[in-house]
Amino acid sequence: MLAAIGTIVCLPLVVNNAYLLSILIVIGLYAIIAQGLGILMGFAGQVSFGQAAFYGLGAYTAAILATRYGWPPLLCLFVAPFVPTLAALVIGRPILRLREHYLVLATLGFGILVFALFKEFTGFTGGPSGLGGIPYLRIGSLVLDGDREYFYLVWTILGLTLLGMANLTNSPVGRVFRAIHTSERAAEAVGIDAAALKLQAFALSAFLAGLAGGLYSFWVTFISPAPFGFTTSVEFVLMVVVGGLGTLWGPVLGAAIIVGLDKLLQWAVPLVLPGAGGEFEIIFFGIIFVLIMLFRPKGILVPGTLRVLTGEAAGGKKCCA
Amino acid sequence: MLRVKGLTKGFGGLLAVNRVSFEVKQRQILALIGPNGAGKTTVFNLITGLLRPDEGEIYFRQHRLNRLKPFQIATLGIGRTFQNLELFTNLTVAENVMVGAYRLERAGFCRSLFRRPGTMREDLALYRRALELLEPLGLADKADAHAGDLPFGQQRLLEIARALAARPEILLLDEPAAGLNPAESRELARFLRSLVDKGQTLLLVEHDMETVMSLADEVVVLNFGTVIATGTPTEVQGNPAVIAAYLGEEEEAC
Amino acid sequence: MGTESQYLQYLLTGLTSGSIYALIALALVVTFNITGIFNLAIGEFVTIGALTAVSLREIGCPNLPAYLLAVMLAGCTGALMERTTIHPARRASILTLIIITIGVSIALRGAALLIWRTHPYTLPPFVDAAPLHFLGAVIVPQSLFVLALAVTAVGLLFAFFDFTYTGKAVRAAMLNQTAARLVGINPNRLSLFAFTFSGIIAALAGIFITPITTATYDMGFMLGLKGFVAAILGGVTNATGAIVGGVLLGIIEAFAAGTLSSGLKDAIAMVVMIVVLLTRPAGILGSPKNGG
Repeated sequence: MLAAIGTIVCLPLVVNNAYLLSILIVIGLYAIIAQGLGILMGFAGQVSFGQAAFYGLGAYTAAILATRYGWPPLLCLFVAPFVPTLAALVIGRPILRLREHYLVLATLGFGILVFALFKEFTGFTGGPSGLGGIPYLRIGSLVLDGDREYFYLVWTILGLTLLGMANLTNSPVGRVFRAIHTSERAAEAVGIDAAALKLQAFALSAFLAGLAGGLYSFWVTFISPAPFGFTTSVEFVLMVVVGGLGTLWGPVLGAAIIVGLDKLLQWAVPLVLPGAGGEFEIIFFGIIFVLIMLFRPKGILVPGTLRVLTGEAAGGKKCCA
Repeated sequence: MLRVKGLTKGFGGLLAVNRVSFEVKQRQILALIGPNGAGKTTVFNLITGLLRPDEGEIYFRQHRLNRLKPFQIATLGIGRTFQNLELFTNLTVAENVMVGAYRLERAGFCRSLFRRPGTMREDLALYRRALELLEPLGLADKADAHAGDLPFGQQRLLEIARALAARPEILLLDEPAAGLNPAESRELARFLRSLVDKGQTLLLVEHDMETVMSLADEVVVLNFGTVIATGTPTEVQGNPAVIAAYLGEEEEAC
Repeated sequence: MGTESQYLQYLLTGLTSGSIYALIALALVVTFNITGIFNLAIGEFVTIGALTAVSLREIGCPNLPAYLLAVMLAGCTGALMERTTIHPARRASILTLIIITIGVSIALRGAALLIWRTHPYTLPPFVDAAPLHFLGAVIVPQSLFVLALAVTAVGLLFAFFDFTYTGKAVRAAMLNQTAARLVGINPNRLSLFAFTFSGIIAALAGIFITPITTATYDMGFMLGLKGFVAAILGGVTNATGAIVGGVLLGIIEAFAAGTLSSGLKDAIAMVVMIVVLLTRPAGILGSPKNGG
């Protein structure tokens, strides 16, 4: 564990390549979103194909507050996640009653709806041409305009997120969720309001996505609707699934894999097929989705893997895990 | 304590429960019996909120249960077990009971994101309470075993322990003796009696006549969704309509 | 244009687009009822049908053979998709299957981008005639063909299900897979049939609509999605629902786009879907036991 943290802390000092550093920041951002989605999927047993909408809502809220209303960036970052959280609380109750296919379609529809609204309300969002002039984050006198500082910011927040998620899964609430997973009827028979708990998980996932969105805005200083579309939402689901559903580090691993895969394709395809454009990447991406689902649908990490690896036996946590 | 009046529920033209009325008094064991398909589990599902009655009223103390959700009904103090076991098979025996105590110690979702110093202590206390509940049922030594690994009879007992963890005012047991051998059934009956002696109220659905006769203070007999007899076990046993209903079933079985 | 004729215009436009949505919804409903899978790649078959027909014509193929070949190609692609991606995963979880169909749709869309680039393409209208005027509204003859196609497809489908042995077998499988198996109906073949059939219908829809709206590599995505909205609106459990849902969606969309803003067309379809899912997931004609 300490070794991992040490590696992450030292990484920017070693990695001088700006491109690689920016990739690591993206991985960090997506990992935060994937963590939220992972709680929703692995913990609460739901799914959402619309997380990019929450990501975008956070990004646009932060950007609009900072540019049009001149709020201090740090305040915007704090406030931004609450907009998607509110949206999740509003649509969550009825949506989470749906099952499987219908839940997929409803969240998918929500994602596309929000995406369309981003493009349509040009007065607010700048429409397809985007919104620019977003100021840098300022903590006291420190201006976060460099990738190195931003890396630390994003990965610190990711670290805190991981801590929170670990606490959650190991808490009595974690036990309750595992119970709901097995028999919702029995859980309700002992007084558990499963619907309310699922809603809270949904809201948490929206909060984290919105937070990542705010961080994104203050990093790129220019946003457009493009990164908040359907394909991104699918990528988030893929990250959680590939990394390993129901594990703590799964979403982080999944984010690294998907982003890495994307960049790898961008680099490799022109080598193998000279003159090929972005189309081949898209094709391969789709094919890889399918292959992963066909051959390793449960993902890479299995619940409990890391516990075994780090030597934390289940014995010590018997009673309260 | 629990009053059911004119309860009616139909499924596509078939009346599963037809104007059923009875009352469970405090510290009483009331048994709901009847041949297969008489509607007993449906009555349970109506009381606990899994189904909504077409007609009729369900009252628990002064609360009207008709339109409440299952978890709300449970929070009021009504516990139940299920005919086809619904254990949390992925949790340990003790954890099943700990989850059962939810209505007494609701943990907050947001608060659980932070590691509060008290959580460990509280959880340990919960664990010990679970052991106390498992002890009289002979399950205390299996506290950390996987619930799914237990033999069937012990799983049945575990479900009862889980329901008791919530300290329910009334406990609804759906065929608790089903699948138990005669010795286990007698143990169970003894245990349930001891509960009532300590102040518990029980509503049973049961098929096994021996258990019912030895245990119940009052019996309600259902057939095809209608109440055909109410009374003490001896009264009901001699009732010709009841005998006919059960004999009819026996004939079918042949 | 007076308001009445404007409304009539919306109605006619809506009927045309609605017929396309209805066809796609039909393909979806048949697939869903046979296999239990929502084929999220259905839109791409619309694209395949339309653009293949375009390319075939460009290399000199006459209209009718080009269209037939394009439709056959789409059907084959559907069969290929079923054999390579759905059949191996038939025991997987629904989430896995959904991601698989999404993956296929992405791959197909990429392929379409590769082959046809981003140009819009067009097909000639089936009949060379001037637009018809009707009570102040205008309708192009092609729209009538679209409507006719929808009606014919539905009619043929009903005939197939009611009067042929295979059709009745399919219906049986739709109602009870296990029982159907026990009487010798092969679910694997049915699954193959479902995907081939839906590919064919979607391709037809693509070919018929292109003379009116032109075709691009990414036309499939939103069309497929709106097909879903239509299917849900009408109730995924029966084919009539698909038709009703499609037509209704087309009309709602046309009216909303006309009175509010055309940029919100997609958004409106999504709103419709979400509203239906949240209030009556079974759709208009579905039975409340299904859905939700």
